[in-house]
Amino acid sequence: MNFDFSEDQKLLQKTVRDYLEEHSPLAVCRDVLESDKPYAPDLWKGAAELGWLGAVIPEEHGGAGFGHLELCLIAEEVGRALAPIPFSSSVYLASEAVLRAGSETQQQALLPKLASGERIGTLALAEKPGIVSEASVQARFENGALTGTKVPVPDGMAAGLAVVAARTPEGVSLVLADLSADGVKREPVDSFDGARPQATLSFENAPAELLGGAGQGWALAEALLDRAAVLMAFEQLGAAERAFEITKEFTLGRYAFGRPVASFQAIKHRLADIWVAIELARSNAYYGAWALSGDEPELPVAAAGARISATDALELAAVEMVQLHGGVGFTWEYDCHLFYRRAKALGLALGSAREWRDKLVRRLDAQSK
Amino acid sequence: MDFNDTPEEAAFRNEARTWLEANGELRDPDENAMGVLSERYGENYIEQAKAWQKKKADARWACITWPEEYGGRGGNAMQSVIWGQEEARIKTPAPIFSIGLGMAGPTVLAHGTEQQKTQWIPKLVSGEEIWCQLFSEPAAGSDLAGLRTTAVRDGDDWVVNGQKIWTTFAHIADWGVLVLRTDPNVPKHAGLSYFVIDMHAPGIEVRPIVQINRATGFNEVFFNDLRVPDANRLDAVGNGWAVAITTLMNERASIGGGGGQGNLFADLMQLSHELEIDGRPAIEDSAVRQQIADFYVRRKGVEYTGLRSLTALSRGGMPGPEASMAKLVGAKLLQDMGSFGMDIQAQAGAIGVEAALQQGSWQEALLAAPGLRIAGGTDEILRNIIAERVLRLPPETRLDKDVAFRDVPSGPAS
Repeated sequence: MNFDFSEDQKLLQKTVRDYLEEHSPLAVCRDVLESDKPYAPDLWKGAAELGWLGAVIPEEHGGAGFGHLELCLIAEEVGRALAPIPFSSSVYLASEAVLRAGSETQQQALLPKLASGERIGTLALAEKPGIVSEASVQARFENGALTGTKVPVPDGMAAGLAVVAARTPEGVSLVLADLSADGVKREPVDSFDGARPQATLSFENAPAELLGGAGQGWALAEALLDRAAVLMAFEQLGAAERAFEITKEFTLGRYAFGRPVASFQAIKHRLADIWVAIELARSNAYYGAWALSGDEPELPVAAAGARISATDALELAAVEMVQLHGGVGFTWEYDCHLFYRRAKALGLALGSAREWRDKLVRRLDAQSK
Repeated sequence: MDFNDTPEEAAFRNEARTWLEANGELRDPDENAMGVLSERYGENYIEQAKAWQKKKADARWACITWPEEYGGRGGNAMQSVIWGQEEARIKTPAPIFSIGLGMAGPTVLAHGTEQQKTQWIPKLVSGEEIWCQLFSEPAAGSDLAGLRTTAVRDGDDWVVNGQKIWTTFAHIADWGVLVLRTDPNVPKHAGLSYFVIDMHAPGIEVRPIVQINRATGFNEVFFNDLRVPDANRLDAVGNGWAVAITTLMNERASIGGGGGQGNLFADLMQLSHELEIDGRPAIEDSAVRQQIADFYVRRKGVEYTGLRSLTALSRGGMPGPEASMAKLVGAKLLQDMGSFGMDIQAQAGAIGVEAALQQGSWQEALLAAPGLRIAGGTDEILRNIIAERVLRLPPETRLDKDVAFRDVPSGPAS
């Protein structure tokens, strides 16, 4: 048993952190939030050059050939920087989909471009408010043509390629759609976290092709969501830790009643509670990382556990970040709201913690039978 | 990163399991968690516990990480964890050696002289002698360093007067570890010394305390001119606080790490199958699943955090303040699970321990948990420890810091 990352992996993590500290200060996140840009293109280029986008893509397809453990640590740093790039959509979801379900031809055509960042991918599941399920998929795919509307689609304006859940005669399937093709319309949607913008994708007899078996789409989507849940948990963990560090520094520097506010138990105890939530999340995430990297049978339970724990930790850290900053925490000028927005946005991506709690216990229950 | 056993670990696990299955009796997998929580032990529990400890010691399974020269196995922290996992599958008697093995022993090993270690450790390992820990006093709980029981030097002895409280197993213990005030003229932390006492010596009176769950795990202990040889002092005069910290760190690690929640979780899954909500098993109710999931991630978070900190422990370090987290989360979790286990029984949850479902596990958990949230450092003290030692936030403003202990203000209740 060994419950930590290796020295080499930690070294990689440090290079990622160093790069992001230099190239992705919070001003870069704010810039995307305050503009109409769908993402920060220079940062995306850098991420591609450093091999992060193709971290788990095999070298013969242009990837860096790392493993998922390395990708977990990259995700943690991307989360820590609130990096405004379509990393989760393209790497955890679209690339994973092609890696796991793509034909040899699809892999050869797409993986090198996904690894180089030339192609940005996303996963389009939701069509309306409410829980996304196999039954909620109304988009149709027949005779190579896709029709339907997906909203909200994360990074839908940045992406050139979408993995779309659609109904086929065999059941729900996943299809690959080129978003520059005829019959595809897309529009930005006002987004709760504008640094992680959402879009509406409308397909009207748009060309698309099957990804994986016909009728296998929902099982595939569930498996993709499990894998992405572990990676997203690391992203959330990184963001939570950064929020916590900024909050801690602020309360140490802020004086009231003649002493730092961080010396009052009312504040210290809350900081202790955030630290505890982050430690619990980190431990659950490590277990998820192990299950993901070895494709262990524990993955469905481990992924749900990692996801729930990370969502709890980041939401607590972000809510307390605003509260413990006092009035300035509620201003546009301070960065607290970047974390507050990101916490909720990441907590809802891949389905809310409420859905994951439900899934977790269903899975535990199935296991015990 | 690998949650599986290495070949060496698998071999060790196999050896441990083989011995345990040959020498112990497998626990009934459906057995619920109540036995662990109730602190009510059957007749002959002392003899049974001593026999099991001796059996383990004879086969060198008693103290996995302790040095071989004192009867331990000389193994590493990972082996100790594996042993714990395997022993949990076996029916084990009352944990009467938990204080000795979990707190007093590690403290003697860390601070004792060679002579002291040789005198005390082997008989603790072999289950011949039971230990207790006497720290808290009526006027010194969270503020432990404000303790008032005094030891005055008299020749080769110290003469002890005062009172301790919340002492687990004092009524059956052979030895006790305690902190005493040896100098009231210096600031409070500096005037403390740490001793080992013979619990059978004249001048000690033990009275049981009846708890809210009607168990009597704790005692009050009174000292009336108890004479303690100076040879029983651990570490230097005036250095008692540092020694006490060693004990407390080990205490938190042992409270947070154990605690029967594993079985309780399985019980909860079973209960939510058996009970119905609107004619369907309770587990099919989303609100029930939400709550169970929350318990699960907290429990697993603590468990995996323990495994993560093994890396540090494997290098021979002592448990750090991180152990405070395990106790902080674990004790509240037990209380929350107890309350929820009663809630889903609805009105029948109001039935008491003796008559309730699953042998009253939930009622028992709810009544036992407050003790865990207080003993060995209250939740509030643990948050202070995390804030000050882990996060390095400024310490509390203290009115008693640079003042001689005799001049520290004390309220009417002291």
